[in-house]
Amino acid sequence: MDKIVTKALSLFYGEKRILKEIDLKIPQNNITAIIGPSGCGKSSLLRCMNRLNDLIPESRIEGQILFDGKDLYAENTDVVEIRRRIGMVFQRPNPFPKSVYDNIAYGLRINGIKNKKKLSEIVEKSLKDSGLWEEVKHQLNTSAMELSGGQQQRLCIARALAIEPEVILMDEPCSALDPAGTFKIEELMIKLKQQYTIIIVTHNMQQAARVSDFTGFLYLGQLIEFGHTNQIFTIPEHKLTENYITGRFG
Amino acid sequence: MVREAFRENVKELEQELLSMGEMVTRAVTRSVEALKSRDMDEAKRIISEDLLINKKRWDIEEKCINLIATQQPVATDLREIIALLNISTDLERMGDHAEGIAKIVIMLGDEPLVKPLIDIPQMAGKAFGMIKRSLEAFVKRDAKTAREICHEDDEVDRLYDQVYRELLSFMLEDPKTITRATYLMWAAHNLERIADRVTNICERIVFLVTGTMEEISVSKY
Repeated sequence: MDKIVTKALSLFYGEKRILKEIDLKIPQNNITAIIGPSGCGKSSLLRCMNRLNDLIPESRIEGQILFDGKDLYAENTDVVEIRRRIGMVFQRPNPFPKSVYDNIAYGLRINGIKNKKKLSEIVEKSLKDSGLWEEVKHQLNTSAMELSGGQQQRLCIARALAIEPEVILMDEPCSALDPAGTFKIEELMIKLKQQYTIIIVTHNMQQAARVSDFTGFLYLGQLIEFGHTNQIFTIPEHKLTENYITGRFG
Repeated sequence: MVREAFRENVKELEQELLSMGEMVTRAVTRSVEALKSRDMDEAKRIISEDLLINKKRWDIEEKCINLIATQQPVATDLREIIALLNISTDLERMGDHAEGIAKIVIMLGDEPLVKPLIDIPQMAGKAFGMIKRSLEAFVKRDAKTAREICHEDDEVDRLYDQVYRELLSFMLEDPKTITRATYLMWAAHNLERIADRVTNICERIVFLVTGTMEEISVSKY
């Protein structure tokens, strides 16, 4: 089943067209990687999917994005609710300057959960789901800023999980991490896909190959090729894809 | 995918290789049985079932290629995938040798055998054991056993020598037996080649475990 479908999606910043008529189907409970050289529009594509581009003045889209079959850009869409259901993890770990506990509880409180027992339960579950619990269970009250980069990133994932999203968008989630931190996030992604649909944007092709089930190759705002990751990395259909993944350009 | 999933994939591939090994050992045994019992229907079945062995090999190869392309294995992980690729190729060729024996059954038709089959079934039994134990050694990453199995090839070579000399004497004695004796020699040759292929597998196991390529046993043929 397709969780998100884009139909002839174009994105403009002012007069400049960033994405050109992208038709893409993101299958549920899979990891989809979007790869492509810098500036090809992959982060912009990701940010269309939880309407984060709305925050950029003069940005507009043409075409459609369907989320569970419903138009994400329909007039009556609750954008806050969309961003709850479609969570996001960014390139640099961006924990709040608060305790580990409060980093997760913060979003929950905003969503109206006040009961302490309930809050603690969700905090623990989110930290367990993000593979961080064993490392931080005795320091829930210390500042999140004291955690390592990799731990901070998993905390951000825990924070995203706490509000029970259906989709997790990851924008270069490992680019600021060392190999061990990267490895843990990748293992985590594989576990999380049982419950969530994950879309990852990465310039690290090896990472896309390792973790994803499907891969899309974006070039100059166009989706050149989309398919099973195995196929893309063994017998890509397009010469451009082949040239990019073999390092001939980009 | 990463580490845990990669390990699982390798385990699955190993299972597929073992089931391919079973298909091949069965084909070898059945082909010699068909030769003994002159069962042409069974021979035809063996020939058609060789396609399944070939298909299995392609499946394993495709999965290995996918793992190399997507998981970038290095060191032992890479040697494991290379071993799986090579061993599946050797097993596939063994299947072809079993098919070769089945074709001989058909070529012989109803013609009587020039001699009772004694050494050829012995060669088959020996080859059968070598294949099975080499695959066990692969699963256990047991280089010591792999080296030992290689040396058993000498016994198969010795039996082949014996069959060769005996069949040659039949041909010299009575040229009318030349065609039938040659067929049996081909059958024995197929078995000799199977044992050689087992030594390839064993050398691959040693490479997997130690990282060194060694020519362990040089076959006489």
